[in-house]
Amino acid sequence: MPEIGSAKAATDKAKTALSKQAPVGEDIDLNKYGHSAEELPYQDDPSQLPVETKQRMLDVGVTLDDNSQRSGTIIQMDHSIVHSLAMQEGIEVMGTNHALEKYDWLSDYFWNAVAVDTDKYTAHVELNQSNGYFIRALPGSKTVYPVQACLYLARGNLAQNVHNIIIAEEGSELHIITGCTTASREEAGLHLGVSEFYIKRGAKVSFTMIHNWTPEIEVRPRTGIIVEENGVFLSNYVIMKPVRSLQTSPLARCVGDNAVVRFNSILVATPGSSMDLGSRVILDAKGAKTEIISRAITTGGDIFARGYIEGNAPEVKGHLECRGLILGKEGMIHAIPELKGTLAGIDLSHEAAVGKIAEEEVEYLMMRGLTRDEATATIVRGFLRVDIEGLPPQLHVELQRAIEASQEDAM
Amino acid sequence: MLEIEQLTVAVDDKEILHDVSFSIKAGETHVLFGPNGSGKTTLLMAIMGAPRYHVTRGGIIFKGKDIVGLSMDERARRGIGMSLQRPPVVRGVTTRDMVAACIGEGTSEEAIARIAEKAHMGDLMDRDINYGFSGGEIKRSELMQLLAQEPDLALLDEPESGVDLVNIALIGELINELLQKEHPIRDRRLSGLIITHTGHILDYVNARTGYVMLDGRIICEGDPHEILETIKNKDYEECRRCLK
Ligand SMILES: Nc1ncnc2c1ncn2[C@@H]1O[C@H](COP(=O)(O)OP(=O)(O)OP(=O)(O)O)[C@@H](O)[C@H]1O
Ligand SMILES: [Mg+2]
Repeated sequence: MPEIGSAKAATDKAKTALSKQAPVGEDIDLNKYGHSAEELPYQDDPSQLPVETKQRMLDVGVTLDDNSQRSGTIIQMDHSIVHSLAMQEGIEVMGTNHALEKYDWLSDYFWNAVAVDTDKYTAHVELNQSNGYFIRALPGSKTVYPVQACLYLARGNLAQNVHNIIIAEEGSELHIITGCTTASREEAGLHLGVSEFYIKRGAKVSFTMIHNWTPEIEVRPRTGIIVEENGVFLSNYVIMKPVRSLQTSPLARCVGDNAVVRFNSILVATPGSSMDLGSRVILDAKGAKTEIISRAITTGGDIFARGYIEGNAPEVKGHLECRGLILGKEGMIHAIPELKGTLAGIDLSHEAAVGKIAEEEVEYLMMRGLTRDEATATIVRGFLRVDIEGLPPQLHVELQRAIEASQEDAM
Repeated sequence: MLEIEQLTVAVDDKEILHDVSFSIKAGETHVLFGPNGSGKTTLLMAIMGAPRYHVTRGGIIFKGKDIVGLSMDERARRGIGMSLQRPPVVRGVTTRDMVAACIGEGTSEEAIARIAEKAHMGDLMDRDINYGFSGGEIKRSELMQLLAQEPDLALLDEPESGVDLVNIALIGELINELLQKEHPIRDRRLSGLIITHTGHILDYVNARTGYVMLDGRIICEGDPHEILETIKNKDYEECRRCLK
C-alpha cells in the first residue's frame, strides 16, 4: 500500500499523463465533452424513477421495481448517486465519495490495481472524478443474490468519470451485476470508468457487466484486479448494442498461490460500432489459473478481440479462446491472442477462429426442418452460449436471457 | 411415395449421376449398393435437396409432386428425412437442440427424453452435436434425430457402417421403429432408402428391392439378398460384366 500523502502524489502523477494517448483505440478529444452536471435528487424509492429510465436499466440487468433477488443496489446518474442500499448483513454499498469520507483507509486502495498514469483517461478520472461506487463484502460474508449497480448517462454530451472500488475481504463471496447505459437518444457522451478490484485470500467475486449504449457514445473503461491466494475472480462482459467507440483492456494479476481468473466476453458490433476489447491476466503466483473466452460477432462493425496471458510462476495454467463470426458483408474481426511465458513447466495455450457460419452447418439444421433464418439464429445462439463455471445458476439464467433478448434486436 | 425419373445430378459442374430412374411405394424399403465413389450419397443428397447438388435433368416426384424446386427445409417439412454418413460438428448447438428442432412445434422435455432413451443417447444430449462423438454414437444420433422428425421417407446413408455387433442390433431396432416394421405390411405407410456396403442391415429390415449403383448409374435391380450374395462372392466386377 502507498504511504500517507499518496493522494497528492496521485494527483501529481495524473497531471503528467494528461495527454498520454492509449496505445490502442481511437484517441478521444476530452475537451469536446461537458464535465459538469447538476446534482440530481436522491431517491429513497428508486421504483419512482421514470418508466423509460427504469426500462433502460432493466435492459442491463438492473431491476428497480422488484429487488427481492438483489442483495444491494446503487445507481449513479450523471455525477450523482441517486440511490444506494445494502440489503444484506456484511455487504457495503455506497458512492465512492461517501465511502472516502467514511473510511480513511480507503484512499490506500486508490490506484493500486490500475496505474493513475496509465493514459489520459485514468489521469482525467483522477483529476475530475465524479463519484462511482464502492462495494465491499466483509470477511466471510457471502451474498446469495448479486448487488446491482447502474451507471447512467442522462445528460447529453457529458463526460462521466467514475472511480469504482470493489473489495472482497478474506473468505467472502460477492456477486455483482453492473449495467452501464444511457438515456435512449442521439446525443454524444463519454463514459470513463476506473474500476479496481481487490480479491483477498479465499474470496470469490463474480462481476457481470452489461453495456447498452447508443451510437454516439464513446467508452473507455480502465479496470484492474488483484487476486490473492485462493481467490477467484469471474468476469462476464456483454455488449451487443451499438456504441461509437469502445476500448478497454482489463488487467488481472494473480498475486497469491492458486488464484483463479476467468474472463468471458460477448461482443456484437453492429454497423458503425468500433470495439477493441482485450483481457489480460498475469499469473505471478504458483498454481494460478486463468481462462479467457471471447465470442465476437460483427453484423457490420469492427472488433479487435485481444487476449494476453503471462505466466511467471511454477504450475500456472492459462487458456485463451477467441472465436469470431462475421455475419453479413461488412465488418471486421481481428483476433489477437498473445501468450508469454518466462518459466519452464507452465501451461499456456490459445485457440482462435474467425469466419462466417459454415454453410454445411446451416444445411444440416435445414435438413431437420428449420428455415435458413431459423438455422442461422440457432447457430448464433449456440455460439453465444458460454458456460460460465462458478456463476450462480440464477445469475446464469439472467445473463443468458439478457443475451438472447439483445440478440433478437441486434440481428 | 417416391419416383425418380431420369435424374441427372451435377456437383460443382461435374455430372455425377446420369439418368437414374426408380420408384419406391409407400410402405416399402429399398437398399442401394455400390462401390465407393459410385454416387450413392449424391443420390440421397439430391433427393433431400442439398443446394450443392444440382438437378440438371429429370424429376424427383414425392407424394405426387415434383419437389426439385423446393428447398431442403421445405422437403423436410413435407416428410423427407435423411441420416448423414458424415454429419458436421456444430459448436454451441447441442444434441438436445437438434432433437428439439426435429420434433418442431410441440417439442417438450419429456418427448426429447423418451427419444433419447430409445437411442441410448442420454449421456450425449447436452454435448455439442457430433463433437467428439464416436462412429457408433454418430449413427445413433442421426437415427434418433430421424425418430424425432418422423419422416414419411427416410433416406439412410450407411447407418450401420463402423458399428459393432452389439450396437448393430440397436441400430436395426431403431430403423425398424422408424419404418414401422411392427405394423403388418399392408398397413405400413413409411418408406425407406438405405445405403449399405455390408448388408448387415438386411438382417433387420425387410427390404423389398435392391439396386446397384456404378459410376453414377443404377445398373441392376433385384432381390437385395441375391445382390448382396453376388457382390460378396464375385465383387462389383460381376456387376460390370453383367452390364455388358
Ligand atoms: N464437389 C465435388 N466435385 C467433384 N466431384 C465430387 C464432388 N463431390 C462429390 N464428388 C464425386 O462424386 C462421386 C460420388 O460421390 P458420392 O459421395 O456420391 O459416392 P458414394 O457412392 O456415396 O461413395 P462412398 O461409398 O465412398 O460413400 C465421387 O467420385 C466424388 O469424388
Ligand atoms: Mg457415400
